[in-house]
This record gives sequence, structure tokens and C-alpha cells, in this order.
Amino acid sequence: MKRHLVRKGDGSFTELTESELKKELEEGTKDAADRAKVQPLAHDELEFLYDIFTYPSKFASVAMGNEVILTYDAATLKLRRVGVSTHRIQSLQVYEKLLGADTLEFDHVDYSFKPVKPIITFEQPELEQALLVTTLPLFYGAQPNLGLYNQPDGPCPNPGDLFAAGKIKEAQESQEQAVEYAVNDLVEVGSAMYESGADGINFDTTGAAGDTDFLATLKAVEILRTKYPRMCIEVGMAGEFVLGMHGGLSYDGVRLAGLYPHKQVELAQKAGVTIFGPVVNTKTDRSVPWNCARAVTFIKECVKISKIPIHADMGMGVGGLPMVDHPPTDAVSRASKAMVEITRLDGL
Amino acid sequence: MGVGDPPGMAIAHSTASGMGGMRTAGDLVARMQMTRGMKIGESKEYVAGKLGVSVMDLVDPVLMTEIRQDLNLGLTTPLPNYAKGMEAKFNIADVLGIEINSVAKFKERTKHGG
Repeated sequence: MKRHLVRKGDGSFTELTESELKKELEEGTKDAADRAKVQPLAHDELEFLYDIFTYPSKFASVAMGNEVILTYDAATLKLRRVGVSTHRIQSLQVYEKLLGADTLEFDHVDYSFKPVKPIITFEQPELEQALLVTTLPLFYGAQPNLGLYNQPDGPCPNPGDLFAAGKIKEAQESQEQAVEYAVNDLVEVGSAMYESGADGINFDTTGAAGDTDFLATLKAVEILRTKYPRMCIEVGMAGEFVLGMHGGLSYDGVRLAGLYPHKQVELAQKAGVTIFGPVVNTKTDRSVPWNCARAVTFIKECVKISKIPIHADMGMGVGGLPMVDHPPTDAVSRASKAMVEITRLDGL
Repeated sequence: MGVGDPPGMAIAHSTASGMGGMRTAGDLVARMQMTRGMKIGESKEYVAGKLGVSVMDLVDPVLMTEIRQDLNLGLTTPLPNYAKGMEAKFNIADVLGIEINSVAKFKERTKHGG
């Protein structure tokens, strides 16, 4: 019986028979459909995925004409992270001239809005210099990272400690205070970098600290959109559903906790987001085909209802990709093709 | 995109699904998503119309290098006396009929705006 070599979500190889592979795809799409209450993939889409994962070559790609736009989170950090000693402007030039990037992102090594605020006058001139020597559209990116507003790192009483002590109301009040502090920082830094000339602001890993994180970002986007009607604002999410760390927060009358991508994007549009980046988490003990079928199901629905461009997050541990530092290109390329050609989204 | 080393992430996605950046017309199509909120199909058609080429031509690095050279939109391999960096963005804004934030700021700061 023929067996197909595929990867698991932890990156390791495994072998599946034809029927096992088909079952993985069917179970993956069913898992997403059940959780998000959306349609599972159709038979022909599952057949398409089957063909992708039984394609014997090392690398897969979209058909000519189906290419999409690539945006990057923490772009200048990716070279530093692997130990390449480049200045940030040099890193941008590497992306522009050597890596085939469609857009660029300039960012600080701490990659959160709060620590950038006190050094903003050092960030702005460097961004301004970068804009003189690059041609691609340039984002400034950072994370809302609401966790930084809790003691001992920030001013608000730690909600984790308060919840553990049974002080639910006090914990929620502390989180609500953190939202207000964060909105102020997000707007101040976003405004400064846009005034310096950035083409856009990227709120990356939004929702990492749960519903408070998502609410702060939506509020900041709303303010920035009013202040700068032409600003490009990208919001990339942290996980497939919004964690209810507070549990009672809402935006425009919609409770944030538990929202899946196709519901998140509706609020993002209302707030004034230009490009939305949904996330689907990878389950490491299931196969990449299972994870891809699952991820594509969530994102397909998000693309279907969205009026704004969708750039799905396709990094390690998300979008069907294995959770490893050095993502294997056989898996990345298959996930990339599957996501683009089934969901018909606008970018990655 | 997301986290991962450049060969496993940026290069893999660029080769599998990306438009090719300034080797082709990737940056121009991206600008239409960013400035007008256009979806991928509409943004490609808009750029193709402005450049006078087909949508398929937008990802051909051979043809697009010639077009970028003719219109002075910035080249991956820089040539003497051709627009680079900010200079190229002035031309991109004109050709696409859009405002580019850094170009507008440049004009403001050099008193050439208006």
C-alpha cells in the first residue's frame, strides 16, 4: 500500500496511507467548521489539498497569475534573530533587494508599543532615513502587548494575582485601566511614525493578552483612522480566537471573548483597519494536512465576508505550518499554495 | 507572514506565492491595497491598467524590469542616473495616481510641496 510522506505539526515526518491522508483532511476541516460554526471545505477543495500533499516534489507553488502580496511582522528582527549583524536599514535593503519582499516593516527589538514610546525620537529619524533609501512600502510595526501594563512591568495591579485571590471585579478594573494606558501609547507611537512618513502601521500579535489587547487595538485604530484618514493600518492577530482574559469586554456591542477570524474581521472593518491578518493555530500532534485543512476552513470564511484585504499569518506554528524555528520549505510551500488558492485571500 | 528563519519563511513564501517585490510589480500592487484598500484582483488590474500591461505581466521580472526602467520606478539592480529610493517613489506616486506618505513629507520638509 502506497504511503505518503507528510509532516506533523511539530515538524517531524510521518507516513500516511491514501485513506489516512484523506481522513486527516476531512477531520481538519470538520474541526474548524464545528468550532467556528462555518462551512467545511467542499469535496473538490479536499481533493485539491490531497493533490498538494501527494505531490512528490520538495516544493509547491501557486499557478502563475495567482500570486499575492506579502507583508512581514518584525521584519528587521528576523536577520538579527539568526545572528546576522546588520543595521536595521541594511536589513530592510536585504528584504527589498535579496528576499523578493513586496513590503517592508521597520521595528524595534523590543517589538512592543509601550517600550518604544520613551525612545520615539530615536526611532523616527532612523525610519526617516530608511524611507530615503528604500522603494517598497514601509510599515512601522509593534505589538500592543497589554501584559506590559501589569505590575511588576507596568502600573496596573496584576490581574493574574487578583484573579487568583478571588478579586474578580478588581482584576477586571485593572485590565480596563490597562486598556486606556495602551490606547494612549498605541496612538502616540502610531501617530509619530506616520508623521515621520511611514506608509502604514502594523499592530502585530493583537490579542496576545486576550480581549483587553484586542479592545485596546480597536480603540486605537478608531482614533488613528479619524486623525489620519489615509493611513494604512494593518492588524495581525495572535491566535484563532480571542481569549477572554477579562471576559466582559465588548466593541460596538459585540462581546470580544471567543470571536473567531470571520467575526474578528467585522469589528476590524468597523474600527477602520485597512488590512486584516487572521491567525489559525497549529496543533503540533496532528499532521500538517490536518492543520492546513483546518486553517484554510477558518480563513476561507474570513475572506468570504471581508470587505478589506486579508493577509493570513503563515509563520511558524500558525496557518497550518509546523511549530519550528526553521520551517521546512516542503510544508511551508504546500501550506502557502493551499491558503492562497483555496481561500483566494489578498496576501500573507 | 510570520516567524521563522528567512530561508524557511520569507524566501519560501516569496517563491511559492509572492509577487516578487520590485523585481516585478509587487510593491506597486501592495500600494493599492494599502492606499485604496483594494482586494488583490482589483489592485492587480489597477496597476496593470496604469502600466499598460496584462495582469500576468505584473509578475514577469524580465518585462517588469524594462517597464520599471522606462518609467523610472526603481530597479533591483541600480543603474547610474536612474531613480532610487525616494526618487523612485516620487515617480511611483505619479504613475499610480496615489499619495505616498513619505513623498508628501519629503515635499513638506524641502518646501517643494503644495
